[in-house]
Amino acid sequence: MKTLREYKVVGRLLPSAKNPAPPLYRMRIFAPNHVVAKSRFWYFVSQLRKMKKASGEIVYCGLVHEKSPLKVKNFGIWLRYDSRSGTHNMYREYRDLTTSGAVTQCYRDMGARHRARAHAIQIMKVQIIPANKCRRPAIKQFHVTELYRAALQQKHIRRFQRCAKLRLSQVRRTFWCLSVAAKILTCCGWLLRCSFWLLGLLVQVKPGT
Amino acid sequence: MCLCIFGFDLFCSIINCVFKRFVEIGRVAFIAFGPHEGKLVAIVDVIDQNRALVDGPCTGVKRQAMPFKCLQLTDYVIKVPHSARQKYVRRAWEKAEINKKWEESSWAKKIEARKKRATMSDFDRYKVMKAKKMRNKIIKHELKKLQKAASQKKA
Repeated sequence: MKTLREYKVVGRLLPSAKNPAPPLYRMRIFAPNHVVAKSRFWYFVSQLRKMKKASGEIVYCGLVHEKSPLKVKNFGIWLRYDSRSGTHNMYREYRDLTTSGAVTQCYRDMGARHRARAHAIQIMKVQIIPANKCRRPAIKQFHVTELYRAALQQKHIRRFQRCAKLRLSQVRRTFWCLSVAAKILTCCGWLLRCSFWLLGLLVQVKPGT
Repeated sequence: MCLCIFGFDLFCSIINCVFKRFVEIGRVAFIAFGPHEGKLVAIVDVIDQNRALVDGPCTGVKRQAMPFKCLQLTDYVIKVPHSARQKYVRRAWEKAEINKKWEESSWAKKIEARKKRATMSDFDRYKVMKAKKMRNKIIKHELKKLQKAASQKKA
């Protein structure tokens, strides 16, 4: 699967007599290769500053490698895109290992959800978001501090297991355990009458200190 | 008392859970296809709905993202905190002796048997045929003895 690559492109106006030391401008460009990266640099820079390819030069264009490609990160991407009836800003979140992976996901996602083609999308900002600052529920659902479990039922099993342990050690202390104890007794396959009788006994037991 | 009955039903349905192997941190998975086919890895983190961050320090799989479609969950889970470093995954894997347990499991043995069958020569097949014949003869002999004894008892 082809992913975009992150490039750092630095450019400036050509020095002239009026402007002997023009300021440098740096951009983070996500492109499939360095040729497209340079082209996109000029596209953006001429929108934002009075600078164009003919009157400027690219000082540096280099690939940016991911700092931690083996760590799962949450990316917040601010973008601007043209829809059929207007242009809009968006904030989207993605979970990925690399920044360029997340941006690639964004382009695919925009194409799928909004039919936005790559030429109509401008990535304004990409930032790694800490888990507590994530806004989208689809991303937050993967922020689980305990084990991920596919089935909800597992939670119920654990609650019963916990109750069983409690019953074995602290049966006399809490009346709450009575209902749970009853459930466990019936589940062991004892006769209903037996459990009624046993429950009667348990009710009479005084709670310990 | 109604509490008991409802509890019993709930408990029954929970015990007969359809899913027994869950995607969780530390779950050991078997890679079904791809460049690392046939190896075991541990799920270290979940990236999103389709991918997991997976690491197999003791089975020669570098830490990487892997789609769930490639993975088949096994019964083994190692105790590892989420996004643990490879060093700790290795430690937990060796402590749980996953490689040894895997070798002894019937899943691994079936894979081994399939491999052996695929690389059999004609001579091997001949040997298998002879061994099977010998075994079936012994079984039939014993069976006939039991049947005879049973029919004699009846009569």
